[in-house]
Amino acid sequence: MARINVNGKTVEVDADGSTPLLWVLREHLELTGAKYGCGVALCGACTVHVNGEAQRSCVFPLDAITETDRIVTIEGLSEDGSHPLQKAWVDLDVPQCGYCQTGMIMAAAALLERNPQPSDADIDAEITNICRCGTYRRVRAGIHQAANEKA
Amino acid sequence: MTMTIDVTRRGFMIGSATAGLALGFQVPFLTGRAHAQAGYPEEINAWVVVRPDEQVIIRIARSEMGQGSLTGLAQLVAEELECDWANVTTEYPTPATNLERGRVWQSYSTGGSRGIRESHEYVRMGGATAREMLILAAAREWGVPPGQCRASKGVITHAASGRSTTFGKVAEAASRLEVPTGVQLKDPKDWSIVGQSVKRLDTAEKVTGKQVYGADLKLPGMLNAAIRQCPVFGGTLRSFDEAAVASMPGVKKIVRVDDNAVAVVADHWWQAKTALDALPIVWDEGEHAKVSSASIAAFIEEGLTAKQAFVGNSNGDAEAALAKAERTVEAVYSYPYQNHATMEPMNATAVWTEDRCEVWCPTQNGEAALAAAAEAAGLPLQQCDVHKLHLGGGFGRRGAFHDYVRQAVGIAREFPGTPVKLLWSREEDMTHGMYHPITQAKLTAGLDANGDVTAFRVRIAGQSILAGVMPQRLSNGADMVAFQCYLPQGEHSIGYSFPNLLVDHAMRNPHVPPGFWRGVNANQNTIYTECFMDELAHAAGKDPLEFRLKLMGNHPKNAAVLRAVAERAGWGKPAADGIFRGLAHCTAFGSHTAACAEVSVTNGQVKIHRIVAATDCGYVVNPQQVEAQVEGSFVYGLSAMLYGECTVADGRIEQQNFDSYQVMLIAEMPEVETIIMPSGGFWGGVGEPTIAVAAPAVLNAIFAATGKRIRDLPLTKHDLGAA
Ligand code: FES
Ligand code: FES
Repeated sequence: MARINVNGKTVEVDADGSTPLLWVLREHLELTGAKYGCGVALCGACTVHVNGEAQRSCVFPLDAITETDRIVTIEGLSEDGSHPLQKAWVDLDVPQCGYCQTGMIMAAAALLERNPQPSDADIDAEITNICRCGTYRRVRAGIHQAANEKA
Repeated sequence: MTMTIDVTRRGFMIGSATAGLALGFQVPFLTGRAHAQAGYPEEINAWVVVRPDEQVIIRIARSEMGQGSLTGLAQLVAEELECDWANVTTEYPTPATNLERGRVWQSYSTGGSRGIRESHEYVRMGGATAREMLILAAAREWGVPPGQCRASKGVITHAASGRSTTFGKVAEAASRLEVPTGVQLKDPKDWSIVGQSVKRLDTAEKVTGKQVYGADLKLPGMLNAAIRQCPVFGGTLRSFDEAAVASMPGVKKIVRVDDNAVAVVADHWWQAKTALDALPIVWDEGEHAKVSSASIAAFIEEGLTAKQAFVGNSNGDAEAALAKAERTVEAVYSYPYQNHATMEPMNATAVWTEDRCEVWCPTQNGEAALAAAAEAAGLPLQQCDVHKLHLGGGFGRRGAFHDYVRQAVGIAREFPGTPVKLLWSREEDMTHGMYHPITQAKLTAGLDANGDVTAFRVRIAGQSILAGVMPQRLSNGADMVAFQCYLPQGEHSIGYSFPNLLVDHAMRNPHVPPGFWRGVNANQNTIYTECFMDELAHAAGKDPLEFRLKLMGNHPKNAAVLRAVAERAGWGKPAADGIFRGLAHCTAFGSHTAACAEVSVTNGQVKIHRIVAATDCGYVVNPQQVEAQVEGSFVYGLSAMLYGECTVADGRIEQQNFDSYQVMLIAEMPEVETIIMPSGGFWGGVGEPTIAVAAPAVLNAIFAATGKRIRDLPLTKHDLGAA
């Protein structure tokens, strides 16, 4: 039984230590906001925060996590969808199919924590999540809007 | 069965009217038919339910896969209904319910950018008749003529007596009325919801993680399956060593699926996948095990000069005019296989018993999914149903093909009464797609002494989607879809009038399965035409815009969008230092589109700075969603142009994941300016037609920058830095 801290709660997980965090979240904790897109850290659909840093959870095995690590998923980003990024996303109608968007928001949220006013170049360098629907233009606008709201 | 169960089922099945699918909710999946009794007392008509609390539920038959038509279709119904838009939610009626009710919602097919343009009339009529019923119910209650009452924002008023009521109050009485006929639709000039940039109805849950996609679904007691199909198309499964993995954690069973695949079923998907990776499998790779990209290219190339070909469009005598031309220009282009690569891999969840089968899945065509489910279940349609979930991308992969549904049902048959979710890995998804067809084209044009085009000749050689997918739609052997953007008239007509024209297709079908891939054959055909037109303009020493327009006198709508992008981009005026421009236009999926791209090429590196795009889709339902589709189309089309190629070695697709099948990222996203210029009088699609102009506009700009003609894609094949 592994003990991990997810969205502020310590939970017990009965899964093999090699199980990636993504599948621990999705299959053991019923937190399906983090998505499976590639399984090999190429797309970012599975992005969550570990100790405030964006992590691609599909390649982050359970046995690399200790009880003191703080994991935050999209479900724990805000109580009620009120994170500035979530509000900006709603305001600008960013999502199309939406499948990539939870990962996109988590990646952007980690960026804003480190860099509250990212430039376009910062966004280009830091946001490497794939969106097949092609929402990039609104994603960029959403990050700037959220940054301005936070400021 | 009681109506309570019916409502419960719907509340579970359809997320958007509720707070999303409650995970672990007790699912009455085998409790019988929705609407088994006569009459549907909860609804005004098939399209509209009004609750006593004024909530308006609009039924949507087409699928939402990101393109926004869930919202657009709801706008169309709401416009006629005269309800308060703030009270609108939506739900998907199931395909079996549609069949049971005489297909009251008509087609469920969501492809070809047809969701709105094919259904707008009957969908609006659904709203209009419901409005009339609500008004009549109020008028009867008041004892006044219904013609003296009007509805607006969900309130019905009778001005003469000063009375008013709400939809919610008269809904029950209205639901008992006959559905009227002969109702008039509103004049487009009176629209107040259609044509507005209202917000999408499906955003909130997509930003909180609450939206449940097929890949996320969890039913009580559900098992999970991972699958591997024979890597070579057409090959079969010979054997596997069950004992090697049977005792691995969570593993329940190893299942043979169809004749070409094996699945591991386990408690969790990660366990299933881990065991599958360890499973020794022996394939019979079949007759195509030696096929390569080179052998396919040679097979297709032979078609460029073959005698036999299907004619798609011709006027005058192109061959004779070419023979007489002052000079001729010729070029050969080609277009590779590409995978749809929807962000959400293929998946479906099925529950099967001897007399009932239910499937939950992302699908672009619920009725086709139902047919696939019933066939795989060995049950009549009436004993099956499909519960649609919003798609994590479709792009054509989930419309004509329900291989994943068939497989899920096949696996579920091994576990009667237990739900089983099948989820493909990205690697399965990459290597078992239904690929953008591969073609080549030889284009030849005659120019006279003035540099005017006297003849235009296109020989397409290559794969037919229809032959692979729906051969019953071939016309005497010909695939007319192969001629998209070359046809004499209709929604894919050519945007030029040439004095002599011949376009034909030598069909060559390799073993790789083709599919409808967002934009379909408009994609490569527009590259062929628009890049070659650019070549001709340069050969004739003419401005590419003027050269085109001279041939577009009979195509004013094409000319209008082309002029619009040229003007907005500043065509004819100097661009910033190092920036070069390229143009393209087409008619596809019933709309007229054009693009002007601005690029720079530095040390062989292409940067796309800005694209101005114009769309004439006749009527526009939601401008900001049209913009979203235009922007997304550039990402899809330019990802294909920059990186998109699936190569074949030893009969199989080589690309397995996004490392070898790269797509555009945010850093490569150009500024996009969208000009929406609906000219009225027709309904064109918006999800696809812009894709076709993306690549040729950029390729023509690359030529302007470098003097290099890119005639085969993707761009990664070319070194633009070399002198
Ligand atoms: S699923 Fe983790 S990066 Fe793609
Ligand atoms: S919104 Fe569909 S993949 Fe990003």
